[in-house]
Amino acid sequence: MSDMDETEGSEGPVAPRRVIGTPPPTPRLLGSTAVAEGGDGGEVSDETSRGEHIGDETTVYTVPEQRAKRVEKIIAGCFTFAFIAGCGFIAAYVGLEVGPNRLGRGDSAVDAALRSNLALGLSLAITLLALGLGALLWVRYLMPDVEVVEERHELRSEPKDRQAFEEYFKEGASNSQFVKRPLVRRTLMLGTLPLLAAPVLLLRDLGPLPGTSLRHTVWSPGRRLLVDGTNQPLTPADFSVPGTQIAIVPEGYEDDADALTKAAVTLIKFRPGELDVPTTMNGSTLVGTMNWTVDNIVAYSRICTHVGCPVGLYEQTTHHLLCPCHQSTFDAAHGANVIFGPAARALPQLPLTTDAQGYLVAKSDFTQPVGPSFWERG
Amino acid sequence: MSWFNARRRRPVAGYAALLLGLVVVGLVYGAFTRPGGTAQASSPAPSQSDINTGKDLFDATCSSCHGLDAQGTTQAPSLVGAGAAAVDFQMSTGRMPAKEVGAQEDQKPVTFSAQQIYEIADYVASLGGGPAIPDAQQVSTAGANTALGEELFSANCAQCHGFAGAGGALTYGKFAPPLTGATPTQVYEAMLTGPEAMPVFSDGAVSPSAKRDIIAYIEDTKVEPNPGGFSLGRTGPVTEGLVIFLGGMGFLVIIALWITAKRRDPRPTGTE
Repeated sequence: MSDMDETEGSEGPVAPRRVIGTPPPTPRLLGSTAVAEGGDGGEVSDETSRGEHIGDETTVYTVPEQRAKRVEKIIAGCFTFAFIAGCGFIAAYVGLEVGPNRLGRGDSAVDAALRSNLALGLSLAITLLALGLGALLWVRYLMPDVEVVEERHELRSEPKDRQAFEEYFKEGASNSQFVKRPLVRRTLMLGTLPLLAAPVLLLRDLGPLPGTSLRHTVWSPGRRLLVDGTNQPLTPADFSVPGTQIAIVPEGYEDDADALTKAAVTLIKFRPGELDVPTTMNGSTLVGTMNWTVDNIVAYSRICTHVGCPVGLYEQTTHHLLCPCHQSTFDAAHGANVIFGPAARALPQLPLTTDAQGYLVAKSDFTQPVGPSFWERG
Repeated sequence: MSWFNARRRRPVAGYAALLLGLVVVGLVYGAFTRPGGTAQASSPAPSQSDINTGKDLFDATCSSCHGLDAQGTTQAPSLVGAGAAAVDFQMSTGRMPAKEVGAQEDQKPVTFSAQQIYEIADYVASLGGGPAIPDAQQVSTAGANTALGEELFSANCAQCHGFAGAGGALTYGKFAPPLTGATPTQVYEAMLTGPEAMPVFSDGAVSPSAKRDIIAYIEDTKVEPNPGGFSLGRTGPVTEGLVIFLGGMGFLVIIALWITAKRRDPRPTGTE
């Protein structure tokens, strides 16, 4: 290596072939600045090539004072800029109101939050970046670049030291009588046992056990189906156009997010003859759904049986219900059986009927647990 | 210029040139692919002569697939009962007449005038039933409840069209188109008729006033500013995360390389 370096050095300046980030093999001085600023640059470079100095000497590089002065000003500018931007952060925090009751009339809370976020984020980012840039320039150009060589020693201790430690340890063990008196030793271990077992109890009490809550939803006989959003009840006549599909919430739980995570339902209207109503068990994925539909209107759980995303995409031409998370595809015309994707079970169907006023209501709760499978589901 | 000449051979210059090139290509591409506006429809006025003209136009352009009496063929569905709204939606968005039979008809430049489309729509409506083209009053967003519209959109539309109406993929080559170029009339017609794979949102399930609320929300999202200045397709956290990961990590890697890079012009002033 050093042979090659010397030949290159003697040939005069060579264009740098360095890829960004990889240090040059030697601290040679072939850059235009160095040659221009120091007349004796070439000679020094040969003298201080790395191969000669590793192990016995330390090389110190410093930036010429004239250049250092210039860099100093840039660093000071960075820090001053950081100060200004930091003051801007405080000003933005105090000055830009976001609370709904602090806003002026006609001012949108969303716009105010966007404005505040932009000002806070931008000023804080500029402050930190300017501080960091200043510190970097400081390290790179003002502090001397010292090349230090540190010898690496063997990790294993000397045999003498190891011997001494072993003797010391044995002496301590015998003095404590830990080995000699097993009663003390064993009762000590017994005493610490409850503390070791305690975390199991603490973990158990981190939350209430789910009990049977995974097995039922808030749907009950006679509970009306309401359109999510407008909360209007539906009659089969309202829902008479084939191909119609709508998101449904149970009456009384329209805004109860806890209940809706299990009770959300998709309602679909089919053309006569399109809907295949299974009358038999189909393995373990289908149960008899004979009287669960009203006038070709069918209700399926909206919660995917894979990991519980809302199954919202409905193609009325193919009757496919799609889960947007992992592309599980259910055939809505055939009991919402899985035809593609990671879901393992069909979407549970909500039995439908109509009440005295003619509105669509649930005939009962779902007959099987909705949502993702769980261990004890069976 | 000397500043440039002094730096153009530096290793960083290559990266800078690449970055500049990518930005220029991106901007030019963006400028050329901006979606064009669609002509706003005026109120239709059906008459017997319109129906007759519409029948002639239908025979010339539509009957090869839909049949001479719009009764449907093996290639295309019957239009009896489809309604004027379906015709106006399909033709004003350029989906019909179809160019070829595929997974889904895509939008094309509209080759018929609004008047011609109304005439064909009147003819199809005269075959019986179906929803009519909504008038300006029905699609007006004046006084609409945008918040309720957002709630309905999130529950029923966002799964396919995305929360900001940017569109999305469906099965077997089908897709939900972006709503950014759709006029309020077209959105209303789509909800009424359920074109292609889209389900119907009939007036019984989603009342006309609720439809106006949904349209108000869609119109609102069109003018909503993009925080940070870039929409990134408005497809949500995946693209945003990807850009931040690739762009941000790339930036950090370059900074890290610069921090650890050897000084280019060290000048040994002596040894200790």
